[in-house]
Amino acid sequence: MRLLNWLNWLRKPKIKTGIGDYASTVPDNIWIKCESCQTLIYYHDLGENLKVCPHCNYHHRLTAPELLLQICDSGTFKEEDADLTSRDILRFKDTQSYAIKLKEAKKKTALSEAVITGLGQIGSFRVGLAVMDFSFLGGSMGSVVGEKLVRIIYKTMKENLPLIVICASGGARMQEGVLSLFQMAKINYALNDFSSNSLLYISVLTNPTTGGVTASFAYAADIVLAEEGALIGFAGPRVIEQTTKMKLPEGFQRANFLLDRGMIDRVVNRKALKATLTNILEFNYGR
Amino acid sequence: MEDKLTFELPLLEMEEKIRLLVEKEGETKNTAKLTLLLKKKEEEIYQNLTPWQVVQLARYQGRPRSLDYINMIFESFLELHGDRRFGDDPAIVGGLAFFNKHTVMVIAQQKGRGVDDNLFRRFGMPYPEGYRKAQRLMRLAEKMKIPLITLVDTPGAFPGIESEERGQAEAISLSISLMLSLQIPTVAVVIGEGGSGGALALASADKILMLKYSIFSVISPEGCAAILWKDEKYAEKAAGELKLTARDLWKLKIIDVIIEEPLRGAHYHPEQVARNISDSLSHHLNLLRSLPLDTLVQLRKEKYLKIGKL
Repeated sequence: MRLLNWLNWLRKPKIKTGIGDYASTVPDNIWIKCESCQTLIYYHDLGENLKVCPHCNYHHRLTAPELLLQICDSGTFKEEDADLTSRDILRFKDTQSYAIKLKEAKKKTALSEAVITGLGQIGSFRVGLAVMDFSFLGGSMGSVVGEKLVRIIYKTMKENLPLIVICASGGARMQEGVLSLFQMAKINYALNDFSSNSLLYISVLTNPTTGGVTASFAYAADIVLAEEGALIGFAGPRVIEQTTKMKLPEGFQRANFLLDRGMIDRVVNRKALKATLTNILEFNYGR
Repeated sequence: MEDKLTFELPLLEMEEKIRLLVEKEGETKNTAKLTLLLKKKEEEIYQNLTPWQVVQLARYQGRPRSLDYINMIFESFLELHGDRRFGDDPAIVGGLAFFNKHTVMVIAQQKGRGVDDNLFRRFGMPYPEGYRKAQRLMRLAEKMKIPLITLVDTPGAFPGIESEERGQAEAISLSISLMLSLQIPTVAVVIGEGGSGGALALASADKILMLKYSIFSVISPEGCAAILWKDEKYAEKAAGELKLTARDLWKLKIIDVIIEEPLRGAHYHPEQVARNISDSLSHHLNLLRSLPLDTLVQLRKEKYLKIGKL
């Protein structure tokens, strides 16, 4: 089974009432091909390894529920604003209407939007959380993604907690036009308020984080972490190649490329993400 | 980059015809009739512009640039250079000036005119150091307690290897955050192209004014067409779907005012447009200046937190 099909299959039977329901119940006897090195991997091994290929270290994409399962202490995550859902305000239509695309994305992913927000615990520390899901319209940021983020920022601020946002997004949602563009300003405004309360904000950039998300809340964080191998940038590599007619250097816009140029604090292997976050939260607690 | 606006061609032909007739026979009943016809045709075309035609106008090479307006609107503009970290980006200009006898900070994206100037200005597409220069000047404005006025005119932040290496995304994010945090009145005027995050970095203001034939978009129509239709030829269609004209943005409650232009665009009467911008700026700056600081900050908060809640 191709990994993508497997992921779709994995998502199907779930009913969304709490993080416990996101847990996967996949039989162990399935083989999956690594998307990078093409090696066949026993599902059980890939799952145990948090979907990091044991052969080539490729980090396969996680869904937001999977990521929450990985980093949150078991049973501690409580979702907020799960009922907020996008509307086709501009009546945008390309080859298909945005309204239909939304409906299909919801069906395909069993999510209501490209971000899940809520409060939970990581290493026994209470935190505000927002986790984006690339499988929902490319993790694109529309008005509802913006609104959910703003609400969790203020909720976290009220509770006096640190905030962690896990990014995975192609950028602003074109189908919402300037309304999506201005979510960048809206979210950064809320983060200014958050920051002026001396509260800590950590962003984790996963594969891929580009466009308007990178150019707003992803980089408005106090500490910016990136998952190993993640593509991170403002413009996409194809656009840059077309504009400049230049050959892109090896590893361009990958996590280590940005680390070398001083653009992020740390590159983190997925298997060490929870430990790294816990570590930072300990420092935050000890101040 | 077109030299002529295609939808204007019938008008240019008529004008040429009238000019030749007048040259040959002087002004006659016939030429008067033709001139009347021209006026009619003009109105017919310009009162029914499609979004794609507005995009062409907003990008038009002959359209007045930021520095043209700066020289007409402000007195004694003193340009200040550099980000103090890496370099000086010619795609963003900024400095001190007088407006109605008061000191203000002006920051603007500057497109070029002609090939060499355009290459020098990188077609108005800033590098990260451009945004960092802007940030430096925003902080200076706040320190001097003077209003900030920005002019927005860019296809977008420059998409290049070196931009990414130097942190284009970080530079834009920080500019947006900083501009929203300033304890001074801020006004942005979109004079041509408001291209995506690279434009928003200078447009996150208390009041956003747009010239009638300017645009503001999350992505260029060409880029949108390439991604959603998988074909750039659908740019015209995308321009309509994106809702990027001043009128659209006003209806979506993102901008505050539409500033009038001559029927056939700002380049037909730059001085008049400069006066229109100046009047509108005056009005809004006076308004913002009369507010106590906490009210100003509160209004800004309300403006931004409600975006998208339609």
